[in-house]
Amino acid sequence: MRTFLRLIRFLGPYRWQVALAVFLGVVTVVSNVGLLATAAYVISAAAIVSYISLLVIQVYLVRIFSVSRSFSRYAERMVSHDVTFRLLGNLRTWFYGRLEPLAPARLAGYRSGDLLSRVVRDVEELENVYLRILAPAAIAAVISAFTFALFYIFSPALAFVALGFLTLTGVGVPILVRTLSRGLGRRELELRAELNARIVDGVQGAQDLLAFGAEGAHQMEIAAVGRKLDRVQRKMAFVTGLRDSLNDLLTNLTMIAALVLTIPLVAQGEIKGVYLGFLALVALGAFEAVQPLGTAFQFLGRSLHAGERLFEISDSEPAVRDPEKPYPAPADHTLEFDRVSFQYEQDETAVLEDISFTLRPGSRIAVVGPSGAGKSTLVNLILRFWDPQGGEVRFGGRDIRDYETEDLRSLVGVVAQDTHVFNASLRENLSLARPGADDTVLKEALERARLSDLVERLPGGLDGYIGEQGARISGGERQRLAVARALLKDAPVLVMDEATANLDPVTERELLESARSLMLGRSTLVITHRLVDMESMDEILVLDGGRIVERGTHAELRGSGDLYSRMLEVQNGMFAARTSGRIGQN
Amino acid sequence: MNRALFEHVRFARLYVVITALLGFLAAAATVAQMVFLSRIVDRVFLKGAGLASVRDLLAILLAAVIARAALLWVREVAAQRGAVRVKSELRDRLFEHVLRLGPSYTGGERTGELVTTATEGIEKLEPYFARYLPQMVLSASVPLLVVAYVFPRDWSSAALLLITAPVIPIMMVLVGSYAEEHMQRQWTALSRMGAHFLDVLQGLPTLKTFNRGAAERERVAAVSEEFRARTMKVLKFAFLSGLVLEFMTAVAIALIAVTLGVRLVSGNMPFEEAFVVLLLAPEFYRPLRELGVHRHAGMEGKAAAERIAEILAIPPPVSGECGPSDHLSGGLTIDLSSVGYTYPGNERPALSDLSLMLPAGTRTAVVGRSGTGKSTLVNLLMRFLDPMEGSIRANGVEVQDLPVDLWRTNVALVPQRPHLFHGSVLENIRIARPEASRAEVERAAELAGAAEFIRRLPKGYDTQVGERGARLSGGEAQRLAIARAFLKDAPVLILDEPTSSLDPESERLVRLAVEKLSEGRTTLIVAHRLNTVYSADKIVVLEAGRLAESGTHAALAGGDGPYARLVGAYGGASA
Repeated sequence: MRTFLRLIRFLGPYRWQVALAVFLGVVTVVSNVGLLATAAYVISAAAIVSYISLLVIQVYLVRIFSVSRSFSRYAERMVSHDVTFRLLGNLRTWFYGRLEPLAPARLAGYRSGDLLSRVVRDVEELENVYLRILAPAAIAAVISAFTFALFYIFSPALAFVALGFLTLTGVGVPILVRTLSRGLGRRELELRAELNARIVDGVQGAQDLLAFGAEGAHQMEIAAVGRKLDRVQRKMAFVTGLRDSLNDLLTNLTMIAALVLTIPLVAQGEIKGVYLGFLALVALGAFEAVQPLGTAFQFLGRSLHAGERLFEISDSEPAVRDPEKPYPAPADHTLEFDRVSFQYEQDETAVLEDISFTLRPGSRIAVVGPSGAGKSTLVNLILRFWDPQGGEVRFGGRDIRDYETEDLRSLVGVVAQDTHVFNASLRENLSLARPGADDTVLKEALERARLSDLVERLPGGLDGYIGEQGARISGGERQRLAVARALLKDAPVLVMDEATANLDPVTERELLESARSLMLGRSTLVITHRLVDMESMDEILVLDGGRIVERGTHAELRGSGDLYSRMLEVQNGMFAARTSGRIGQN
Repeated sequence: MNRALFEHVRFARLYVVITALLGFLAAAATVAQMVFLSRIVDRVFLKGAGLASVRDLLAILLAAVIARAALLWVREVAAQRGAVRVKSELRDRLFEHVLRLGPSYTGGERTGELVTTATEGIEKLEPYFARYLPQMVLSASVPLLVVAYVFPRDWSSAALLLITAPVIPIMMVLVGSYAEEHMQRQWTALSRMGAHFLDVLQGLPTLKTFNRGAAERERVAAVSEEFRARTMKVLKFAFLSGLVLEFMTAVAIALIAVTLGVRLVSGNMPFEEAFVVLLLAPEFYRPLRELGVHRHAGMEGKAAAERIAEILAIPPPVSGECGPSDHLSGGLTIDLSSVGYTYPGNERPALSDLSLMLPAGTRTAVVGRSGTGKSTLVNLLMRFLDPMEGSIRANGVEVQDLPVDLWRTNVALVPQRPHLFHGSVLENIRIARPEASRAEVERAAELAGAAEFIRRLPKGYDTQVGERGARLSGGEAQRLAIARAFLKDAPVLILDEPTSSLDPESERLVRLAVEKLSEGRTTLIVAHRLNTVYSADKIVVLEAGRLAESGTHAALAGGDGPYARLVGAYGGASA
């Protein structure tokens, strides 16, 4: 219920449009009932009057209703859908605004596919709350009141009986259906999720299944889950069939009840016989408004669940907060780790322990070590995506927690392992690093990053699209794009985080060439598990299990016989160009 | 209607017919209901009857109403039962067929689309079979029933109904083709929006390092707004067509009502019949309007049905024929002679004229750049594909003549990226031999150098792995795959080395396990490591699907052939 109220609150700015949509919905139902009921009255009256001209008003009413029915429905749909989509757009923007400060620390536990389905599908699902639950419920209430009032004029008993049936259909049937299908709905979702997971498993693991002759067993598993799902869906059909059937039955029973109650009154002359057909048809028509509620209630659970999933994220607290009174950005660009310890989760083992080093302006430090040694965590701490539990990260001699994160991040350029190329033009992808930079500046950066041929190749040059739906760019180009961005950003401190990890040896060399101009005059932290260009480092830190196990220059470490020299040895055992790793047609 | 798909589920037709029949009977009950309603009104209103004298008529009316409700219930149950059976049957068939098509079909970019078809696509068949198809039958038959009743009583109203009726389907087809095109664009817009959000979500850390995270909010708003505008454009059209349809039926009903009124005044028609005609007019249009409601879901279901039929029609690349089941025993010598394979739709052969001998118990390393046919060679040896030219023999027996299952019991595969199934570590290893005891599985893990890390997992061998379980590193997954191969204990071993480097310790453990595993087996390794190549009995270099050269490391490295160049490219780049 709390979720429901929170969702309703988003309607605030649109309350007039919502009221208009409900009004139009009421007009639609009234016209629909009016058309048939008035037509019935016209025919009845025509049977007893001698001139059709006596029925001019009623005939006009029939015509008006026939026109207003279709136009009001059209208007109602337009207004309600427009409001709903505006609202969903707002919800999305609001959700993004909540999400952005949480990244990446608070979102680490979510897969991006999961987040995506929240932003797109869950928000979409909320459409039901507004379109199929809220507005129809309001319309049903108004129409029920109208019906009651109209019947009351003729016979109070009839009015109460009709109201009873309307309530039964609008509230009783949905509750019954919900009770009968509550366990089933959840079970169906679970089984479908399980079935999907197994199908995904089977398709992705087809090679392994076939190689070991296990395909038959997996098929049987899928079939077995499928049978369970079948049973649940059959039971579900029983309930939905019951719902449709009850709706229909209650509607018609109301009509019969109207007849039974009215006929004696007609016989006694209390109601004119000419109204008999009219009343029967009003009884039939009014139910058009309450019947959709059965389906609406079925959506309710799902929609609320979607709402909860959104609020679950929007309610979380960001991992880092700006200080109340931030210091101005430092002029001294010395970066210092002082006995830093860090763990991502409280109950997990420490990722970094007792890390100390100083990166002086213009110097170069390499951090090497096996994967999982905590190297990349260093970047997350420098950028203040997380805060360390022990020790201090200092910039210009002061704890980075004393600066505004924006100021801090503007001092650090990063070339990461997986450079994200946005699905946008090359220009947009670059000017991210320096908004408003003109063509000359951008082209110069591309030149220095050795990416000029990309501009030549792209249809549209700087405005050509790259990324998922644009032109394909190679891994090497992707990383050089990151170099170009870092050049544009022109920050005093540079971090190369496994920048060449996904590149083949030849491309790796090219990248390092292009990065050379980037490192010039900047203090650089190189994080890598590939020991390339180590001779040019002022210091090498060897990280293993979150601790610095060795430190020194290349010359000092290469002959030690410890981890560093073992890594060198393994690296020289690697061979040949990397393949794409696809099993298919390559 | 999709004939190809109905071939796979013949019973579906019966369910559609039964559902339609029940719907038709419900419509007949409606006609009866309207007839008796107007008779009752007529008796009471014009003939002054009281409640007592219309009691029998009321009872019949009640019976018709109850019958109708019951029929609707049974109809829904029948429709859903049919749909459930269709879905179930097709899901099983589709999955079975996809497995028969093998990894050369399921791999690569197709995985996502296949999974969507097998899950969401199958579910979309429900509205198609349970609603759309029966409704097609009803929208043709029920209006005829109504006209058949109205015509003898009032031919002019019947004529009016008949004239206006075709307008609805015509409108629907007109609107349909236009809307479908728009629907397509709408779908594109939706997936573009999805892509945009995914892009932003994945790029959030990047945006934040450039302090652009908050600025992106405006773009999110703009994309949402664009989506709204597009959607409203499509909907406006759909609603507009709804308006035309509704307007037409409403005007037709109004017209019938007024004409009936005029004829009643002039005494040309009895009231009872006029009233029935008025009541039946909306029933005439109802099935057609409902068809419109189900149309969209129907179209989607149809598209899914077509896609499923398409996949089921792809011939499997390997014949399942059982030849003489010659028993292969002892060490196996594999002999490829002039083997060629071209993937369907490709012009360039993936492999051509490849002759190669893998003597029993020896180690052969295959090297070459990506796209030179190494994976195809693996697929052929595993019989995920059968060669189009040439032949593969094992100890002189034509491999293609053996039943596929039998052949695969002789070959163990350690793929480049082994798949971990959702289940425990134990189950994942046991896939190689389901009847293996726990002790045997543990021994295989021991041999593969996996026992130590498995013991360190929270629940040891019973730890859940796979998509929703614990994450294993590349090296650990690799060693599980090696354990599978140990457990299988087949005479032939095919090993596709991972391309990316593991950390030094994992690298060493994997290398040791592989050496142990390949001992005494006929082994083919797709190699990416110098140590592997050094220790191979023979090295085979592939270039553009052809054998470029073969020999020992010593013989090849000294020359200036492709092998020497490959080694040079790498060696020169490392420190």
